[in-house]
Amino acid sequence: MIVEFGYGILILTFILSLYASGAAIFGAVKKNDKVIETARRAQLLTFPLLAIATTSLVYLLISNHFEVNYVYSVTDIAMPLYLKITALWGGQPGSLLFWAFLLSIFTSAVTLRKWDRDRDILPWVIVVTSVTLGFFLALIIFFENPFTRWWQTETGDFVAQMFAPTGAILANPMDGQGLNPLLRHPGMIIHPPLLYLGFVSFVIPFAFAIATLITGRTDDRWIRLTRGWTLLAWLFLSLGLVLGMRWAYDVLGWGGYWGWDPVEIAALMPWLTGTPFLHSVMIEEKRGLLKIWNLFLIILTYSLVIFGTFLTRSGVLSSVHAFAQSAIGPMFFAFIGLTFIISTALVITRWKDFHSDMPMKSMLSREALFLLNNLLFMGILIVCLWGVLFPLISELVTGVKVTVGPPFYERAVAPLLAALMALMGIAPLSVWGRSTLKTLGKAAWKPVIPTLVISILLFSFGMRNWIGLIGFTLIAFVIMISLFEFAKGTKARVISMKENIVQAITHLVTHNRRRYGGYIIHIAMVVMAIGILGIEVFQTTAQKSLSIGDTIEISGYTVQFDSLAQFPNSDGRLITRAEMSIFKGDQFLGIVHPRFDVYPSGQPMTIAGVRSTLADDLYIVLANWEDVSSSKAPFKIYHNPLINWLWIGSLIFIIGYLVAAWPAKERSSN
Amino acid sequence: MVSGRNKFLVGGLFILAAVVYLIISSTKASVEYFKTVDELLAQRETVMGKSIRLSGAVVGDTITYNPDSLTLSFEVAHIPGKNEEIDAAGGLAAVLHEAVSDPLRSRILISYSGIKPDLLQNEAQAIMTGHLGDDGIFYADELLLKCPTKYEQGVPEQVSGN
Repeated sequence: MIVEFGYGILILTFILSLYASGAAIFGAVKKNDKVIETARRAQLLTFPLLAIATTSLVYLLISNHFEVNYVYSVTDIAMPLYLKITALWGGQPGSLLFWAFLLSIFTSAVTLRKWDRDRDILPWVIVVTSVTLGFFLALIIFFENPFTRWWQTETGDFVAQMFAPTGAILANPMDGQGLNPLLRHPGMIIHPPLLYLGFVSFVIPFAFAIATLITGRTDDRWIRLTRGWTLLAWLFLSLGLVLGMRWAYDVLGWGGYWGWDPVEIAALMPWLTGTPFLHSVMIEEKRGLLKIWNLFLIILTYSLVIFGTFLTRSGVLSSVHAFAQSAIGPMFFAFIGLTFIISTALVITRWKDFHSDMPMKSMLSREALFLLNNLLFMGILIVCLWGVLFPLISELVTGVKVTVGPPFYERAVAPLLAALMALMGIAPLSVWGRSTLKTLGKAAWKPVIPTLVISILLFSFGMRNWIGLIGFTLIAFVIMISLFEFAKGTKARVISMKENIVQAITHLVTHNRRRYGGYIIHIAMVVMAIGILGIEVFQTTAQKSLSIGDTIEISGYTVQFDSLAQFPNSDGRLITRAEMSIFKGDQFLGIVHPRFDVYPSGQPMTIAGVRSTLADDLYIVLANWEDVSSSKAPFKIYHNPLINWLWIGSLIFIIGYLVAAWPAKERSSN
Repeated sequence: MVSGRNKFLVGGLFILAAVVYLIISSTKASVEYFKTVDELLAQRETVMGKSIRLSGAVVGDTITYNPDSLTLSFEVAHIPGKNEEIDAAGGLAAVLHEAVSDPLRSRILISYSGIKPDLLQNEAQAIMTGHLGDDGIFYADELLLKCPTKYEQGVPEQVSGN
C-alpha cells in the first residue's frame, strides 16, 4: 500500500514539476501573470509532496519492509533506528530521492519570498529549478526507483520490480543485507546530508544567474539576491568535506583523512569553483568587473554539483572506468552536457551586454589579486580534472591503461595551495583600484617581522624540512596579517570614537561583518593547514607483531600491548579489542583500545585506538584478526603531528561564517 | 612597457604555463601503468622498474606470512583487465574463481612487507601498486583487496512465501 502510495506521489510531483516549468515559460513569454502564478504554486506543492514520499520510504526503512528491494539492500533487523533512518541516503535510489526532497525545500523557500522588484526573473528561476527537480524525479521514477519490490515468479526466480509480473507472488525476505559497515558510523547522520545541502543550495544562485541572462538584465542583482544561498552552500559543502575527512580518519583505519579518490575529488570540485565565486562576486559588486566570469563560475559549479551527486553515490568507487556500468550514467552526462551547453550559449549570446564598468589597471590592486585567487583555484580544478580524465584520455588515444594516484595530486596542488596562502596574506593589505609594491610593502612590514621571527625559531629548533618551513611561514604570515587588520581597525576606533577595546572590536566587526568574518575564515583555513601540513609532511609510522607485554617505539613514545579480548556485540558484530598503554619515557600517558569488528556478513572493520592531543595523535591500528588465539597480534602505529588543528580550524571556520553571514541589524555593510 | 590589458594577459598566460608545467611534471613523476598478469609477463623488459598497478586473483594456498618480520608473499593469477570482459565472463566472482581454479593460468609471485590485510583470502581480487624486480617477483608497496561476493546486490536468500 505504502509502496504504491509513495510511488504515486513521486509521479504526481514529477508531473507538477513538468507543469511548473512549462507554465512558467509560457507565462513569461506571453506575459501572463496568472499562468506564472499557477507555476509558482505547482512548485510550492513539490515540497509537501516530496516530504510525504520521503517519509513513506523512511517508514518502510524503519519498519523492516524487506520486500522492498531498497530496504532489503541497505538495512537489516539488527541495525539501530538511527542507522535505519540514515539508510535513506545509504544507496543510490534513496540518495536521489533525498536530493530531490532537499531541492524542493529550497525552491519552495525561494518562490515564497517577496518578488515585487524581481517579477521578471521569477518565472525563469522556476523553470531552472523545476527542470532540475524534474530531471532527478525522472531518474528516480524510471531508473532508480526506491519502491521496487521483490517478486517470485512462477518459475521460482526472484525479480525486483515495481509491479507484479504476471503470476508472480510478493517475496518477503526474512532479513535485509544491512548497510555497508563503513557507513555504520554516527558520521553517517551528518556528513552526506551536509554535502547534499551544499550541492543543492548552489542550484539557487545558478537559477538566478540563468534567469538574469534570459531576461536581459545586466546588473548584479542576482548576486545580491542569492548571496545568502551561496554562503550557505559554501558552509555546508565545506563542513561536509571536513566531516568526510574526520569520518575517514576515524573509520577507515589507514591513518589519513584524504586519499584523492575520484569520489572525494568529485565532492571537492564544486568547492573549487564555489570558493572563487564567493570572492569574485565581491569584485562585481564593488567594481563592476568580471561579470561574465561570475556567470561562468556559477554555471561550472552547477555542472560540477550534478556531476558530484552522480559520482558520490553511484558506487563507482574504485575506478573511473565503471561509469558506463550504471544505467543512469549516460543520463547524467546528457543532462550535465545539455545544461552546460545551453547556459554557456546564453552567456555567449549576451557577451557584449556584460562589459566591465571600469577597466582593471593595477596588477597589485585588490581586484587583480582576487582575480589571481580565482585563477589559482581554477588551476587546482584543472589538476583535479586532469587526474580524473587523464586515464580515460590515455586509454582512448594511446591504448595504454594508466592512472595517477595521490602523489600526482599532492605534487601538483601543493605549490598552488602555497600561492593561495601567500595571496590570503597579501590581498587584505591591497586596496581597490590601485596598489603598488610600495603601498603593499608599507602595510606588510609590521606583520612580516613576527612572521619571520616564527620561521627563524622553527629553524633554530631544528626544523630542516623546507616544505614544512615554507608552509608554517605562510601560515604565520596569514594569521599575523589578519590579526594586524583587527588590531588596526580596533586602534582606529579607540582613538577616533573614544571606545574601550571590547566596544571597539565589537563595533568594528558588526559594522563590517563580511570583511572581518572573512578574516576569521582566513585564519580558520590556515589553522586547518597546520593540521594538514603536520600529517602530510611529518607523519611517521611503525609496525610490529607484539606478544602481550611487548612494546613498540615511535617518535619518542612507547606503546605496550597489555591484553586482547574478544566478545560479541548485541547487533551481531564480533569485536576483538586490544588494550594498549602509552608511555613517554617513564611517564604513563593513558590507555587506548584499537579494535576490529567482524559483521555477521563477514565484512571486517578496523577501528583505530587514538590518543589525541593538540601536539599530535598516536593512531594505533590492530591489524590482523585471524591470529587472535596465538596471543600475538600485529599493530600498525601512525604518529600524526598537529592533526587536531584540522578539526579545530573547522570550528573557527563556523564562527567566521556566522560573523560574515549573520543578518546585519543596523545597516547593511555594503 | 606593456599596456594595461596585455599586462594581465601575460600574467594569466604565466599562471596557465605554471599549471601546465605542474600537471605535466607531476604526471610524469607519478603515473602508474595498469597491467594484467599476462601483460606484465609479456612486457617484462619494458616495464621493469616502472610504477605499475597490477590486478589479479589471489591464490589462497600460496599465501605465506611471517607475522614477526611482517613479510607477506602470495601468487596472483591472471584476470582480464577490462570490465566488459569481466562482465562477459559472468561477473567478477566467477572470473576470480575460474582464474584460481585453472592451473594453466599464468601467475606471478607478489612480495609485500607489512601487515597481512583482513581481506587477503583465496579468490579475492588484489590490486597492487609497485614494480617488477629483476628476479621476476612483483614488489608491491600498496595492496588493496576486493571480495566480490560481499555487498554485491543479490537475490534474497531466505524468503518466506506470501
